[in-house]
Amino acid sequence: MGSITFIEHHGAEHAVEIETGKSLMQIAMDNGVPGIDADCGGEAACGTCHVIVDGNWISATGKAGDEELQMLDMTPDRAPTSRLACQIIATDAMDGLVAHLPEFQM
Amino acid sequence: MTRTCLIVGASHAAAQLTTSLRQEGWEGDILVIGDEPHMPYQRPPLSKAFLSGEKAAESLPIRPAAFYQKNDIQFRQGRVTAINRDQQTLTLVGGDGEKDGKSEQLSYDKLALCTGARVRKVELPGSDLDGIHYLRNMADAESIKASVVEGRHSVIVGGGYIGLEAAASLRELGMHVTLLERGPRLLGRVTAPEVSEFYHRVHTESGVRIHTNIAVSGFSGNGRVQKVICADGAEFPADLVVVGVGVLPNTELAEVAGLNVDNGIVVDEHCRTSDQNVVAAGDCANQFNRVYGCRVRLESVPNATEQARVAAASICGESRTSEFLPWFWSDQYDLKLQIAGLSRGYDQLVIRGDRLTGRSFAAFYFREGRLIAADCVNRPQEFVLSKRIIAQNLAVQPDRFADESVPVKELLLADSPALASAGG
Ligand SMILES: Cc1cc2nc3c(=O)[nH]c(=O)nc-3n(C[C@H](O)[C@H](O)[C@H](O)COP(=O)(O)OP(=O)(O)OC[C@H]3O[C@@H](n4cnc5c(N)ncnc54)[C@H](O)[C@@H]3O)c2cc1C
Ligand code: FES
Repeated sequence: MGSITFIEHHGAEHAVEIETGKSLMQIAMDNGVPGIDADCGGEAACGTCHVIVDGNWISATGKAGDEELQMLDMTPDRAPTSRLACQIIATDAMDGLVAHLPEFQM
Repeated sequence: MTRTCLIVGASHAAAQLTTSLRQEGWEGDILVIGDEPHMPYQRPPLSKAFLSGEKAAESLPIRPAAFYQKNDIQFRQGRVTAINRDQQTLTLVGGDGEKDGKSEQLSYDKLALCTGARVRKVELPGSDLDGIHYLRNMADAESIKASVVEGRHSVIVGGGYIGLEAAASLRELGMHVTLLERGPRLLGRVTAPEVSEFYHRVHTESGVRIHTNIAVSGFSGNGRVQKVICADGAEFPADLVVVGVGVLPNTELAEVAGLNVDNGIVVDEHCRTSDQNVVAAGDCANQFNRVYGCRVRLESVPNATEQARVAAASICGESRTSEFLPWFWSDQYDLKLQIAGLSRGYDQLVIRGDRLTGRSFAAFYFREGRLIAADCVNRPQEFVLSKRIIAQNLAVQPDRFADESVPVKELLLADSPALASAGG
């Protein structure tokens, strides 16, 4: 069983178990990770599940799709490895992944 | 002594409230009472991906049961029928599915009303025939799904978001769809005529037969609906009817208990009702909105969750407020509509993109040169930008919004910064 670590803006870490096939947003919600609001329930409509994937892990998650990029484009905390957590489906290859949470969600 | 927070209603507002209570450090008991036989689940997919079969029921819970267990959040099924504010108790009937109407009293220190809204029903000849459905909860959606038969006729009564989403989903499932709207256009209460025209076109192109300015006067059939009958004499064959003509806030409990009610349970900026031990959040609550400077009762998930956060803080003795910008979304076919703000009272509309033949455009609503709302169809960038402009009350040049040679980002740059003095 692998794990993913979400790190809040002020540094609090939340290591949670990977559930393959679920989105990173849902995994964060299931584990009560603060800082992921997920208002739209994973429709890529709200932008409140923004995470910044740590360094090289972007190769495991893949880059943002077109629609996702447009949502992220206007976000103040946008980074090159920004993603919407609801658009990343967890796989076993993500064991050890670290995702940073922005100070504010959209 | 352990303190108890009772929450009435187990949906979007309640789910967020329980979570926020624990995050805010509430150490007492939390008990949620809801009358549906489910833990809180996502309601929006009921007319969209759940109805069309793309999403299964298992994917709808907002959080898993294990989350609530871990955070010591209890749920009970049943209906709350009365609140006694002097004694701080409420009456629960049919607790945990008991059908014999047994009632019990539960005590609270803090009470949260998250009772939401229920569908407005039509009372017309034949309106109790089988095959006539409403769409608010899982049970409704499941019974609609069970009645879908490819190639048969469905009639949607009401051209609001729920009606249009249901129409799109039923078309995707291969039903014939006729949509009847009493007013002169679709989405008449919520969007500009230009946006209504767009939705009229795309639904027509997808094979929905739309009739506006038509009043349904009854339903006929032998036990089960077969026809929808209109005041002008027109009749439409129907194996399945979905009525979507709006909702009413569930405020009776609050009203009988003597709380202030006026198109929703009246709450202050901290989501407190007229009783300091009682908060309300979600579709049932009426609150002053700071961005628009008026009282509103909103029917949307983001509003329910935002108010729940504020209400949780109040219960824990803090006084948080919010600068919530109303927003909403709607999925129909391949069209993702994202709406920022409230368009009521606009005096100028600017369209960006091709709404007449295309499937991607944004409609910007201005009042006195200020952006107050935007309907964005397959235009996430414009949506996010609009939210920012409206929330921060940024000054912009309306005419430039129509010019697609100006990149979205530059609609903001090069313009003057926020006018600090131009309040609400
Ligand atoms: C088909 C559909 C599609 C939608 N699509 C969208 C969308 O795309 N985007 C969006 O933002 N919003 C959408 N909405 C609106 C959104 O679902 C609501 O705004 C949201 O559910 C409000 O949450 P709530 O917790 O305030 O109340 P509700 O979800 O209405 O829940 C209230 C609950 O309380 C229960 N209850 C009431 N009184 C009592 C009582 N006395 N005792 C026990 N239980 C009680 C009710 O049965 C219900 O389960 C949609 C709604 C529907 C029906
Ligand atoms: S949950 Fe709304 S965009 Fe991801």
